[in-house]
Amino acid sequence: MDRYASLFRHLQDNQQGAFVPFVMLGDPDKATCINIIDTLISNGADALELGIPYSDPVADGPTIQKAGIRALNQGITPSDCFDIIAEVRERHPDIPIGLLLYSNLVLARGVERFYKDAAAAGVDSILIADVPLREADSFLAVAEETGIAQILIAPPNASDATLAAIGQKSSGYTYLLGRAGVTGAETAATIPTDDLIKRLSSHNVAPPLLGFGIAKPEQVKAAIAAGAAGAISGSATVNLIEQHLDDTTAMLQALGDFVSAMKHATLKD
Amino acid sequence: MTQHLDSKFGPYGGTYVPELLIPALDQLEQAFIDAQQDPVFQQEFMALLKDYAGRPTAMTLTRNLVSNPLVKLYLKREDLLHGGAHKTNQVLGQALLTKRMGKTEVIAETGAGQHGVATALACALLGLKARIYMGAKDVERQAPNVFRMRLMGAEVIPVDAGSGTLKDAVNEALRDWSANYDNAHYLLGTAAGPHPFPTIVREFHRMIGEETRQQIMEKEGRLPDAVVACVGGGSNAIGMFADFIDSPEVKLIGVEPAGKGLHTHEHGAAINCGSTGILHGTYSYIMQDSNGQIEESYSVSAGLDYPAVGPQHAYLHDTGRAQYAAVSDQEALNAFQLLARKEGIIPALESAHALAHALNMADEATEETLIVVNLSGRGDKDLAHVHSILGEQ
Repeated sequence: MDRYASLFRHLQDNQQGAFVPFVMLGDPDKATCINIIDTLISNGADALELGIPYSDPVADGPTIQKAGIRALNQGITPSDCFDIIAEVRERHPDIPIGLLLYSNLVLARGVERFYKDAAAAGVDSILIADVPLREADSFLAVAEETGIAQILIAPPNASDATLAAIGQKSSGYTYLLGRAGVTGAETAATIPTDDLIKRLSSHNVAPPLLGFGIAKPEQVKAAIAAGAAGAISGSATVNLIEQHLDDTTAMLQALGDFVSAMKHATLKD
Repeated sequence: MTQHLDSKFGPYGGTYVPELLIPALDQLEQAFIDAQQDPVFQQEFMALLKDYAGRPTAMTLTRNLVSNPLVKLYLKREDLLHGGAHKTNQVLGQALLTKRMGKTEVIAETGAGQHGVATALACALLGLKARIYMGAKDVERQAPNVFRMRLMGAEVIPVDAGSGTLKDAVNEALRDWSANYDNAHYLLGTAAGPHPFPTIVREFHRMIGEETRQQIMEKEGRLPDAVVACVGGGSNAIGMFADFIDSPEVKLIGVEPAGKGLHTHEHGAAINCGSTGILHGTYSYIMQDSNGQIEESYSVSAGLDYPAVGPQHAYLHDTGRAQYAAVSDQEALNAFQLLARKEGIIPALESAHALAHALNMADEATEETLIVVNLSGRGDKDLAHVHSILGEQ
């Protein structure tokens, strides 16, 4: 069974939802990033979303843009990112690892080579922020060949036709957008309505994780109560890195506390 | 919704944007298709072009510029259009589409400020609220255009992120649009970006080539041997080319900015020196490093300072239907001064690139040759910049 399926089964058996933090690979530097990821996992992260820094991240707000710039200023390349992932994978054989990135990084390496290198490093899924469903077919084909789950996005305004297409093509999990706009903790997610969750399950989409604007345990709890399989928190996690750039010990402490609190909120009553 | 227009030009183009923006792009495409078939819309657009913007623009035979007696060089005078450049054409079209979609706000990006000024004037005229993203560096460099936009009621928002230039302004406009697409239209300024923008921008500029065809037939009784236009994103060039694509006897020549030289990294020649990739929603030629990070472009002319090119130009290049030359800062500056001195016309630095290449063609011609340069804008906006450069030289 793949790592996402195992995770979701395990969580269901234990009456829990998933908490998935996002960080930018190589932020603030390679070594600290590996420490950060270890801290996220040891404090309860169920899966990881990891970004590859890109010069023009149009779906990201200021927090994640700055994380990308910090990593790029360290000279972090996609190859460095795969190195970091391989190291994390060696220490954590079971945790699902997702990549979240932009299309030009994939094209520049060659789509097949990119997916093969990702699979070899231990990546389970790839979400390309600027590849909508209608441009996804060539990526989906390579994903299938290489055993990677291509993650599709269900926006809050998705039509039934879009949800049906996601249902046919999705694997791993479905990234359920909590709101319009770009990533950022400044604007809170809207908790999905029962109706949207029902429509998702009637189209058999892979388990939905709610992302965009998730910063507080109450939101995680509410998302899971509404029927989401879990929640993803990017900017709130990355904010803690930015706030403690001059003190790694305090940074890891803050991240650990944050992840524990968010994970605790995934326990169903 | 099924797509009605081709989203690609060969392999180029497409819709590489977050899923969230797809409904807004579909709505725009539908509105455009409906408007193209709606005589009321067309009548309103034509009336604005004629009575407000000043179309058709003149076509001027140069008197003193060309020494080779075999060559006749004409200028298509988009510099005479209201707003000072061709940009007003398509902005009026998209502003009317904004109203047609029931939207009240317009988001735009601008580099030198020409698209921003055109957007501001159209929004003032049609009662739309405009907010215009502009790189922080460009806000400083282009102070008169910032003042023009603000005079006409637009909000100008400086963008500090990244390099603080046009590319970053586009990023910020896209971010704004993804939060506000319900009420706001993204009025993209060039023939690039995700489908349907490259097609809409071309169709709203195609009168440049149509008028040129009619005017040259009246004056010369035959089609030109070549039409020449500068290419940043490529909107004025595609407007000039569109009506001639199916006339193979007319050479289509785009001119990219070679900046300080194609051998340096300081240029904006995406077709001549770039490689294929995705930027701002479209697959085309872009300037990037081996990992796919977008590189900074450079040109003395802010309007050509963009690290990608519209997808139809990429296709016209690959199929050989159009050729893309490159002209350096220095050659453009020379042409800028030459046109002023010989013909009494001060061109935009962008258009001076096209002119510089046409003058090289004229020098080399060994048979009768008829050339039309798209003089896409006037040079008022460049006076301070050119003055400071010439002062240094």
